[in-house]
Parts: sequence; C-alpha cells; structure tokens
Amino acid sequence: MSDTREVTDLTWEADVVKSDLPVLVDFWAPWCGPCRMVAPIVEELGQEYAGKVNFFKMNTDENPQVPGKFGIRSIPSLLIFKGGELKGTIVGFRPKSDLKKRLDEALLA
Amino acid sequence: MTDYDIAIIGGGGAGLTAAIYAARARRRAVVFENAVTGGQIATTGLVENFPGFPAGVDGFELAQSFLQQAEKFGAELRYEDITSLSVGPDGRFRLQATESGVHTARAVIVAAGAHYNRLGVPGESELVGRGVSYCATCDGAFFQDQEVAGVGGGDSAIDEGLFLTRFASKVHVIHRRAELRASAMLQERAFANPKMAFTWNTVVERIEGKGQVEGVSLRNLETGATRTLPVGGVFIFVGQLPNNALLRGLVDLDDGGRALVDLTMRTSVPGLFVAGDLRTGAARQLVSACGDGATAALAAEHYLEEEPATHG
Repeated sequence: MSDTREVTDLTWEADVVKSDLPVLVDFWAPWCGPCRMVAPIVEELGQEYAGKVNFFKMNTDENPQVPGKFGIRSIPSLLIFKGGELKGTIVGFRPKSDLKKRLDEALLA
Repeated sequence: MTDYDIAIIGGGGAGLTAAIYAARARRRAVVFENAVTGGQIATTGLVENFPGFPAGVDGFELAQSFLQQAEKFGAELRYEDITSLSVGPDGRFRLQATESGVHTARAVIVAAGAHYNRLGVPGESELVGRGVSYCATCDGAFFQDQEVAGVGGGDSAIDEGLFLTRFASKVHVIHRRAELRASAMLQERAFANPKMAFTWNTVVERIEGKGQVEGVSLRNLETGATRTLPVGGVFIFVGQLPNNALLRGLVDLDDGGRALVDLTMRTSVPGLFVAGDLRTGAARQLVSACGDGATAALAAEHYLEEEPATHG
C-alpha cells in the first residue's frame, strides 16, 4: 500500500497549505533518473512516518505553478512544510539515513 | 553483521560488473551503494559509446539492467554508505555501514568512483538547486527558452551542453583555455550547433542572484577584463575528484588521489582491490570501468582460492 499521494497545482492549497500534519513533497519528473531512485525511499519514509507526516509527490512536467513559485530548478527536490510554511529543502538524491535526519531536523524547526 | 566472501563498495559500472562475476563464481557478494545505482552513468542521458548499443542506450536504464543481472546471479545490494574500512588481525576486512552496522569480508573491491568537482566560487553552494546544477539531464528541462552557462571544456561539459540546447535558447560554454578538451566528434557537434556559444580563456568568479541564479561574473584570463553574463542557470562540469576517503592511509595513492593498482587491480593490501575511476590511470569510461570490475572480481576469486586457510 502506498502512503505517498499525488498532489497537483489544483490540490496544493488543500493538501499542503491547509494540512494539519507536516507535509513532505517529492518534486519529480518521469525523465529524471535520480528521481526514480529517490521514489522508493520516500515511499518507505511515508510508511514510517504515517500519522505524523503526510507524504506527497508532484510531477513537475504536469504542474508548472507550484514548482515555479518555489523556484525549483533541480529534481529530485524534497520540500518539507509545517503549518503551510516551508521548513526545509533537500536537493538531489540522498541516502535514506540522511533524508531521515534532515526530515527530523525540519520537523523540529 | 554479515560475513561476505567479497564486499564491493560502489554500485556503478565497475562495482556492478564485479558483482555479476563474483556472484557467478558462487561467492557471497554484496554491493554497497550510497546514492544512485550506476554512479555517474545514471545521470548520463544517452550513452553512445558502450558496445552493443548502436542506437545508444539510456544511462539509467543500462545501470538498472546491470543491477538486475547482478541480483539474478545472487548478489546482494545495500543502499547505504560505508564510513570506514579496515583490516582485522585475522586478515578479514571490517566495513562500517551507516544503516546495518559492521560487516566482514574476506576480499574487498572498492569501486567508489569519483564525484564532480565544485567550482568553489561565491554563490555556488548558496544557489545549488536554484539554478546551479551539476547534472544537465536532471535539471535541463527547467531552463526552457532561457540562456544558461556551462562551465568546462571536457567531454562531460560539451556532452551536457549539447543536451541543454534541447531546452535552453543559448548555452554559453565558459572555458578557461582557448580550446576544448572534449573528443573530436563532440567538438564538431558543438561548433555546428547554433545554440552553443563559446567564451574562451575565461573563468567564473562569482555566481550572482538572490534566491535564484541571475548571472555569472566572468574574468578573461588574458586581458583581465571582467563582465557579468546574465543567465538563468549555471551547469558546472570542471573535472572529478576520486572518492578515496576509505583508501587514505590504507593503500598507496597517486598524486591525483587515485589508488595504485597492478594489472589485476590489486592494491598494496592483500585481498583489497580497486576498480574503475578510483584507480590510477583509469580511462574514465563506462566500458573500461566494467572491464576493471570483471578483472578485479576474477583476481579476488583467485585470492580467495589461494588464501582460504589463513582466513578461515
């Protein structure tokens, strides 16, 4: 079962900005090799943080607005939000242990 | 803790080929990969010089097929970093892994490769992911109809610069010399491409921009003249540094930090082999890295056959 759902420009407000829980969004595109590597790790983290953090992914090919707003120029980029505010950005592929550490730091911020 | 026959550090072309050979020799083999399977090849769009693929092959897909082949024969893959490598009094290697703790191995093949060099100029680290990139195939599509700069004059600089012309309106190649080092065929393509522009004898002194890249400050090395080139992205391809942290103090390195090996990839430490871009004299090509991996695995197999009693 997947705990990571798709978010789009249209659902951004409801899913991310107004979320009660902190949110991690994985910005990706089908042509990006490292994105395909990071996806299964994000899935695993989504299961480990179930009930504590909501996990989403956004296809940057199909959704121009949100990536533009946050100036995303490299993927994979993982953005972490709390109360609708950006608390952390992780650019590029990182091993799982590193992602976990950065996510935990952002949750405390 | 697991005790392996052969532990391979690095899951690029060299490491995955070594794993195929080690697993087919029925050795208990593991590959530790701290980032992306395939290493540098995983972020190369089209690989055109690997034999057997006259139409070229997607680098990421090719790396995935190396991995499938290694796993089919029984090799194990672990996505984690090895933070230390040492030899115990019994001659067994000890590997400290970030996730799964300490493992031991009778032979080790280090195929950790190299990473792209940073320019080391102001603005660079602040703007990574905000227009500063080291991977055109990853990030090029974000620069549709914009002007970008590509820094460097070697194969990867020109190859990735050409890739960027699919998206960018102009690719300014900034090179500190008066001619390219890239292969003749790549140079021909680059000079024939109307979207490629060349700025010779010039270095980047600073990457400008608040929140995202807005330009690069350039200095001409001959005249000393400085100017700012407005660009939305800066792609940096200025050579590689060997990933030799595990080897320092353990084996002899050349002046460039690459491991000294013999023709069978043996280092000065018995049972420790180095293959691919991390070894001295490496051709730094996928096909030669794969060849190194096979050579190292066969040499490791030979070592295990010769030495069992002292390590049992």
